[in-house]
Amino acid sequence: MNTPKELKYSRDDEWIRYEGEEAYIGITDYAQSELGDLVFVNLPEVDDEVVAGEALGDVESVKAVADVISPVSGVVLEINEDLLDDASLINSDPYGSWFVKVGSIGDNVELLSADEYEEYRG
Amino acid sequence: MEKKTPLYDTHIKYGGKIVEFGGFLLPVQYGSGVKAEHMAVRTQCGLFDVSHMGEILVQGERAKDYLNLILTNDFTDLKPGFARYSPMCNEDGGTIDDLIVYMKAENDYFVVVNAANTDKDFAWMVEHKIDGVDLSNVSDKWGQVALQGPNADKILHKLVDDKYIPAGNYTCVFDGDFQGIQVMISRTGYTGEDGFEIYMPADKAADVWEMLIEAGKEDGLIPCALGARDTLRMEAAMPLYGHEMNDEISPLTAGLGFAVKMDKPDFIGKAALEAGQPLTHRRVGLKVTGRGILREHLDVYKDGKIIGHTTSGTYLPFLGSSYGMAIVDSEAREIGSSCQVDVRGRMVDCEMVKLPFYKREK
Repeated sequence: MNTPKELKYSRDDEWIRYEGEEAYIGITDYAQSELGDLVFVNLPEVDDEVVAGEALGDVESVKAVADVISPVSGVVLEINEDLLDDASLINSDPYGSWFVKVGSIGDNVELLSADEYEEYRG
Repeated sequence: MEKKTPLYDTHIKYGGKIVEFGGFLLPVQYGSGVKAEHMAVRTQCGLFDVSHMGEILVQGERAKDYLNLILTNDFTDLKPGFARYSPMCNEDGGTIDDLIVYMKAENDYFVVVNAANTDKDFAWMVEHKIDGVDLSNVSDKWGQVALQGPNADKILHKLVDDKYIPAGNYTCVFDGDFQGIQVMISRTGYTGEDGFEIYMPADKAADVWEMLIEAGKEDGLIPCALGARDTLRMEAAMPLYGHEMNDEISPLTAGLGFAVKMDKPDFIGKAALEAGQPLTHRRVGLKVTGRGILREHLDVYKDGKIIGHTTSGTYLPFLGSSYGMAIVDSEAREIGSSCQVDVRGRMVDCEMVKLPFYKREK
């Protein structure tokens, strides 16, 4: 399991990377591995609000669908349209494949460090 | 409690991700993933454990009459060494199961049924038994693997003498020899590709598996699991019991009319199937033209009205797009027309298309 130290993690298997007042959100290596070959992604639209602990979109593998739970509340500034064309990017590079960039960040769910997340999913 | 097939330890050894299916613990995928397994079967070869399938012997001087009574297909002209597919109906014309009958010899048939239905089927068959027929459920004694894909013939020839390898589609060889192991080999499958199903005593299943994997390595053979089995059968539009048909869905509604011989004198369910004509609902293929993945049990809309529901759906790796099958009102079923499917509250545009989605070049 690949777990970069510089990221924070949620117990719902999302990662978050803060850049100043904004943050990028994606799903972890563990999540993509559990889901298997990803074939489809549903993303919110720019300017949509996301709420900490609630679904911001979903990902589908050949066999299953899973909600992507937002670790923070905020407003969507940007979406990664590459994932709409090719969801398998998430399998090959889960930490490069951000789903959304969020600003106006308010609440967040409990976030774990890389070590804590590895222990949680280890 | 879930049962293990004779290949359970082999699945663990090969890194299978184990799930429960039809009362058995089986792998849903191996390390390479569903897509890679699917593509291996379409372009090279895959090996599946299908030991969970049930096997029932139908023997005796009236075995043929009995099969013609309880099954919708006609077995009158079936010859030894040939196989034939058939639904089995209840009195209401609903489908109890779909199965394959292999004829070993006069008065001697080998019937292969769906794992989850084995006990139900056997009870039904015993209940409707006629004099001059003996039935036995031998499911626990047999292991079964499926070798599927364009390289299957080449790989099997490395291990088995040509005289034990069935040449034609839907033919079979009983009492074959697989490196000293007594096997039955049939040229059948559930993937839409050329290939074989190999039956062996349960305690020899792991040996057969290992020898096939070794012999097939240089021809791209990889272990394949339930996930790919489902996407492959979907792409070939083969119905799956419990999805496209069940105790309430008739084989005619499911589009299996080719295996329902209404001109036979009689069979269980015939009167109900006759009374059910013309069909109010029929199976249809759906190709997603919008964005989304179809799954089963989703409502299908046309012109704002619900016309039916999906029975299966997924992303099909070889065709590279999302497809589904649905049972819809016959009147609304028009190939080439558009419809919408409610995918968790989002309407996804689809087109009604002919089945199968995929057909191999011969």
